[in-house]
Amino acid sequence: MTGWQTEFKETDIAIVGGGVAGLAAAITAREAAPSSRILVVEQAHPERSGCLAAGVNAINAYLHPGETAHTFLDFVLREFMGIVRRDLVMTMAAGFNKAVDRLAAWGVPFPRDREGRYLRRGRHAVVVHGERIKPLMFQAACRAGVEFLNRTLAVEFIVNEGGRVEGLYALGIKNSTFYIILARAVICTTGGVAGLYSPSCPYSGLIRGIGWYPLFNAGSGLAMGLRAGAEMTSLEARFIALRVKDTLAPTGTVAQGIRVPQVNVHGENYLEGRHLTTVERLQSTLAEEGAGRGPCYLDTTRLTPAEARQLEEAYLEMCPRMVLWWGDHEESPRDKPLEVCPSEPYLVGGHSLSGYWIDSRRHTTLPGLYAAGDASGGAPKKYVSGCMVEGEIAALSALEDITQHDLHLTCPGETAVQEAKGRALAPLKRTNGLVAGELEARLHKILDEYAGGAVQGYRLMAGRLLIARRELKKLRRECYRLTAGDSYDLMQAHRVVDRIMVASAMVEHLLYRKETRWPPYQERADYPVRDDSRWMVFINSRYNRDNDSFIMLERPLEEEGGL
Amino acid sequence: MTVAIDIEKCTGCSGAREAQCERICPGGLLVREGVKVQLRGGGACWDCAACVKSCPHQALYLILPWPLGGRGARLYARASATETEWILRLPSGREERYVIPARINQKKPVPEI
Ligand SMILES: Cc1cc2nc3c(=O)[nH]c(=O)nc-3n(C[C@H](O)[C@H](O)[C@H](O)COP(=O)(O)OP(=O)(O)OC[C@H]3O[C@@H](n4cnc5c(N)ncnc54)[C@H](O)[C@@H]3O)c2cc1C
Ligand code: SF4
Ligand code: SF4
Repeated sequence: MTGWQTEFKETDIAIVGGGVAGLAAAITAREAAPSSRILVVEQAHPERSGCLAAGVNAINAYLHPGETAHTFLDFVLREFMGIVRRDLVMTMAAGFNKAVDRLAAWGVPFPRDREGRYLRRGRHAVVVHGERIKPLMFQAACRAGVEFLNRTLAVEFIVNEGGRVEGLYALGIKNSTFYIILARAVICTTGGVAGLYSPSCPYSGLIRGIGWYPLFNAGSGLAMGLRAGAEMTSLEARFIALRVKDTLAPTGTVAQGIRVPQVNVHGENYLEGRHLTTVERLQSTLAEEGAGRGPCYLDTTRLTPAEARQLEEAYLEMCPRMVLWWGDHEESPRDKPLEVCPSEPYLVGGHSLSGYWIDSRRHTTLPGLYAAGDASGGAPKKYVSGCMVEGEIAALSALEDITQHDLHLTCPGETAVQEAKGRALAPLKRTNGLVAGELEARLHKILDEYAGGAVQGYRLMAGRLLIARRELKKLRRECYRLTAGDSYDLMQAHRVVDRIMVASAMVEHLLYRKETRWPPYQERADYPVRDDSRWMVFINSRYNRDNDSFIMLERPLEEEGGL
Repeated sequence: MTVAIDIEKCTGCSGAREAQCERICPGGLLVREGVKVQLRGGGACWDCAACVKSCPHQALYLILPWPLGGRGARLYARASATETEWILRLPSGREERYVIPARINQKKPVPEI
């Protein structure tokens, strides 16, 4: 702990995570209330942090002519077998198009047709040259007067005696500073959770980082919420992505961007003529493999040279390693079809349902705390534009609340601060014990083998999940043995602790839903049938700090936002 | 996969409080040690290429390690005000170039925070 100074900051709204949702929230708040102080706390640098570090080539949620918020809701209801928060999806979809217009106004280039309309890529997507989307959003935030605290890892919410979230503790990784950040409202936009399971393509220790979702989004925001007693929803609705094998590059670029057929080893288009949902397409691919007709491919061999070039350019804007892969093999996309594979499971509120339980104003169950984007649950298919809208709604709600209530912030007492600092820096003080990588390997082993990892064909069953529960409980105790040699190690130590917390909650959810609703995201081998008469409910959880256990709750679907 | 550092070309962004690549990496994986930069985190690199685009001396490039290829292709990038240029050097030494629009209007450069 030597050399770590303590610094105190105060702001109106603290935004945890400078990704898509966080920056949109920050800009909106400053525009709506130019005298407000808005502070973004970001573990890296908002210019390239989060999911969109590499960029995007399509904005996947947009209402083209003929589509409305209602038609979008119908689409999402079908995609998620009816378990969707209608209020959240409707309020989000209403803002998609404005969000896209804002990106264009900030300088993100959208190709347009002769009438000036955005180019369509699939039913709900528009084409974009979005390689620099994050730097452009960051510039817009700077122009709006947002303040930043970068390379600062959020570790714990500050909760006052009345149970209100009044800020957070954070670690300045580069300047060895322990921050006490007091805020009249806090918005959590830390993204989804990767790194719970080991990578689905077993490579080697050399290239651990390969994955679709960024490993740097370790679920800290969710873990902080759980530790403070916030309610989470649908952690059993994991997200498994169908991706290009080995590079884990998104397939939408090929499937919707260029429209190539998806075929089995015999060249048969096994999706043709079937109107399938995203999860059903994934399941059909696994079924082809199961029936001995794998591997499955995206058949890029019939592309024209111009289309192949277009495909490479689209990947450079979002997943450049795909182009490097073709280059290293000295191949063009036309030489060989692209093999596809499922990813490891993630928890991503923007694609599936898992995250904070929020009301339609994006307020969580903890007073003073809001959540948006991949960190909040109940409204899938958010993508870039939906995450922006959620950030905007959260910001406006937070502003409204802090102007209506005359809040007096009380700085936590000296003892409380010293204790929090001690907890946050503890791994630096220990000399022998475990390093983050060791605990992470153990976590992977538990989840892969007992909580439906790729090695288990993603399938779940009570007997195995109970072992996962028991082992995770032990692992939570091992966290007190973590050591760290420097700030980078310390950041990794916090990330593994947070992953273990989120994984523990997820296993409770997986145990609780005794049916099979979204195979293979959630497939119970011991309850193989979908049961609408019993399970048309949200499954929620809260962590009980006092006895290290989880309280499970059911929330009805029709309770629209019902908090 | 991972990023490679051309130690000859890297100046360590001498003089700057923080190196460009160190500032930009979303995982905090690039750390300046002495006058050169090093990659931390045992292969946690996500290949986002943010550092590759940020380096003023093209000292960084993406490579495909041996379990997936390892034939030596390199992906370089150079960012101008409105475009990003990519240079793919194939194992044979041949180069492919791609120039892609990246922003529509030229406003003042990103301020350093
Ligand atoms: C590879 C990939 C490609 C995608 N492509 C597309 C696409 O083409 N089109 C599309 O519409 N959508 C796409 N998406 C989805 C979209 O990018 C996400 O839904 C969206 O970015 C999520 O926004 P967010 O703000 O919730 O999370 P993020 O943008 O990931 O932001 C989370 C932020 O929180 C920070 N953070 C995390 N933990 C902490 C902590 N403890 N302390 C401080 N900061 C922290 C992170 O560094 C990050 O900056 C893609 C996603 C991925 C992963
Ligand atoms: S940006 Fe380039 S020159 Fe600067 S430290 Fe990084 S690699 Fe070296
Ligand atoms: S490619 Fe991205 S993740 Fe890898 S070192 Fe560079 S900036 Fe970091």
